[in-house]
Amino acid sequence: MPLIDARRRRQRGRGRGGPSTKPTKAEDERLHDPGHSRSPDPLRYRHYVAPEPVAPLTSQSSPAGGTTGDLAADAALLADLRALLGDRARDNDFERGLYRRDGSIEGSSPAVVCLPTTGDEVAGIVRICRRHSRPFLARGSGTGLAGGAVPIGAPVVIATAKLDRIVEVDIDNRIAWVEPGVLNLDLSRALAPSGFHFAPDPSSQQVCSIGGNIANNSGGPHCLAYGVTTAHIAALEVVLPSGETTMFGGVDAEPAGYDLRGLFVGSEGTMGIATKAAVRLTPNAPAVRTLLLDFDDVSEGAAAVSAIIAAGLVPSALEMMDQRAIEIVEAFVHAGYPTDAAAVLLVELDGLPGGVAAGVEIVRDVAEAHHVGHVRVAADDSERALLWKGRKNAFGAVARIKPDYYLHDTVVPRSRLVEVLEQVYRIADAYDLIAVNVFHAGDGNLHPILAFDRREPGVDERVHAAGRDIVAASIAAGGVLSGEHGIGLEKRDYMGMLFGAHDMYTQDLVREAFDPDGLANPLKVIPTGSRCSDSFRQHVPEGAWV
Amino acid sequence: MSGSLAAAIAPAVTEFAREVGTSGPVTVVGGRTHWHIGGPPAADTREVRAPSGVWEHEPSEMTVRCGAGTTVAELAEHLAPGRQMVPFDPTDEGATVGGVLACGLSGHRRLRYGHVRDLVLQTRHVDSDGKVVTAGGPTVKNVSGYDLPRLLVGSLGTLGLLAEVILRTLPKPAASQWLAGDADPFAAHDLLYRPSSILWNGSSTWVLLEGDPADVAAESAKLAPLGFEETDGPPSIPNEGRQSMRPSDLRTLVDTAADISASDGHRAANGAPRSDGGWIAEVGIGLVHRRGPVPVGSTSSTNAALMTELKRRLDPSNRLNPGRRAW
Repeated sequence: MPLIDARRRRQRGRGRGGPSTKPTKAEDERLHDPGHSRSPDPLRYRHYVAPEPVAPLTSQSSPAGGTTGDLAADAALLADLRALLGDRARDNDFERGLYRRDGSIEGSSPAVVCLPTTGDEVAGIVRICRRHSRPFLARGSGTGLAGGAVPIGAPVVIATAKLDRIVEVDIDNRIAWVEPGVLNLDLSRALAPSGFHFAPDPSSQQVCSIGGNIANNSGGPHCLAYGVTTAHIAALEVVLPSGETTMFGGVDAEPAGYDLRGLFVGSEGTMGIATKAAVRLTPNAPAVRTLLLDFDDVSEGAAAVSAIIAAGLVPSALEMMDQRAIEIVEAFVHAGYPTDAAAVLLVELDGLPGGVAAGVEIVRDVAEAHHVGHVRVAADDSERALLWKGRKNAFGAVARIKPDYYLHDTVVPRSRLVEVLEQVYRIADAYDLIAVNVFHAGDGNLHPILAFDRREPGVDERVHAAGRDIVAASIAAGGVLSGEHGIGLEKRDYMGMLFGAHDMYTQDLVREAFDPDGLANPLKVIPTGSRCSDSFRQHVPEGAWV
Repeated sequence: MSGSLAAAIAPAVTEFAREVGTSGPVTVVGGRTHWHIGGPPAADTREVRAPSGVWEHEPSEMTVRCGAGTTVAELAEHLAPGRQMVPFDPTDEGATVGGVLACGLSGHRRLRYGHVRDLVLQTRHVDSDGKVVTAGGPTVKNVSGYDLPRLLVGSLGTLGLLAEVILRTLPKPAASQWLAGDADPFAAHDLLYRPSSILWNGSSTWVLLEGDPADVAAESAKLAPLGFEETDGPPSIPNEGRQSMRPSDLRTLVDTAADISASDGHRAANGAPRSDGGWIAEVGIGLVHRRGPVPVGSTSSTNAALMTELKRRLDPSNRLNPGRRAW
């Protein structure tokens, strides 16, 4: 099937073709069939009609490989992009191959990869895509774990790597204007002399981009106290799917109108492309304490998590690792993690010295009440860094037991952590897989890792089935699909586990207000009935952790 | 088809949806404390009230589920025994949770606790078809689907009528102290680590410190050389108009303030100096509370067109709060 069909099918399913994609006669009849709509206004297309399923990605590779199969159309598109960008519009097989996938899945090739250096160029690319009815999507560092940056339908990939300037640091207003390709940790490093930092800190922060953080509303260990990305974005310059450039939010206290900024953050590239952001600066805490607690019973450790929160403490981070995770991490980083423990908690308290000191005592008391083995308080910054190194390298360290892993991301109420963890182990056993758990316990954000060797026959299906069971178990326990990785492709078809049809329909209406033609990162987030057979393979790259 | 959350819709929410119905202009009434925001709804608009009541509160989860019609005071009372709070801080006790959120009214502690929209985890609203829509999720962290809760906060009930919300709760600080003085509020802001509030009327500055008692004392000691002294509470904050500025632009208010403050120095009931110039500014935020009405802020034509599209799709018959202007 030619790739272009995927996009057309989506538009048809959504009730209309875009202005630049003339509907076929059959589509036209369907569009005007009043039976599909209670109201004569096509906007009131109230019945959610799932489109016909598109073929799995693996069968989408046409002989041309990542093109529409219409050579003349592809050549015309490339010529227009070249006129704008010169040799920064690339269609060679090598570079298109580089952009096939992100941190999650084996994807498909884009038609063209563009490397704009300005927001105006991004707008120009989007306008060219519109003219050619070609989907487009932005891509940051490609560390996303839910397939949000996987190019489907031979789109134009707009890589933000060259949009990497810190434009202005405005301490007076406690914001910094940055381009989307600025790396998360680079920003905090640049801010260090001023005594401020950017609070969201995904474990991939050495390599992930701020643009990607915005697209996914990313979290990180320290979001427990400071909130996820959306709380740290004041304003966004956005190129809309129409090709217009606008500003959402503002540095002022209460920008007028609906919170388009809040809606855009976490919309995974389906409402446009951020080309500049005003991010909020958080003052560095005067005091920081990091503790390592070990338990010989996972349920005692999990109960201690709830007890710490119930005691009125909001640690800046509260992380948990299970025995398997401790073993592989200790063998890898030699941080002195107790390998005989069933679970460890990494607790960080920051703020003013009095509150931090009082917090340390509360944590100690709670830990002792839950039969803690040892309470280790990092003596200095280097010991603190070592403890964190263990946590932040955990996913890479999985390579010590199996060459591949599939990393999950769900959230459950803290009180259900033990129960869901037990289910995760049972599910992994049932599918003959190894489960490793390293996660943000403080906010109930589970990250089960299923380690496997993709060379084993049939393992793909087992991993996929186990992943689905874990999501189902989390939701049954009152949880949600994703805490910080996003929906992308990976969980798009699970949206119905959490939301009713009308809920999803409402979300689709909102997307349509931004992108009526379905060109902005199509087939992501909202289910369309398509499936993706290879959505879970993960080789272990250092530096691509959550 | 229904998801697991949809299965748990409270009967009061279903009843509210029935009341909203499927036709005719309708507006939702909270405490009427800020009824003027966005202008009154069109004549003949039917008034409905969102359900009220705190339905679920689990202190160790730090979440609370309540009807949108619940008053902020009732919510605070419910959370107090667990030493928790939702820092809404409306200027009027009669304000409801739904009203605060629909108007997007952050309180005077936004400097520390963030905008009210950052406290919303899940919303259930009734749409223009009279159907219940769930968005967000019940857990403290969630990125499942689009962030409709943030879209609804501040939308003045023009996109949907809030029926039920799940909010994040915070531990109540162990100590809390207001200080007042005549020092430069911007210098105080630079000196302190994450104060809860800095209010300023052009001549006087009020600072709220919250947290561990030792920290409150230490931060307070930092302010003493600037002439700050302990006081009982904040000044009375005017609630007629909210002017939105960049935090740094608040400095431009000084010139006009100096003239006015020289002429009038009366004090509020709590003994604190009262706003002389008819305004109180939130330093570090950029919000100016004025005694008189403030012209509605403007947005770009591109944003206005997008907002119009959102409204058109979510409320095509314009029956939700007709007449109210959200921008």
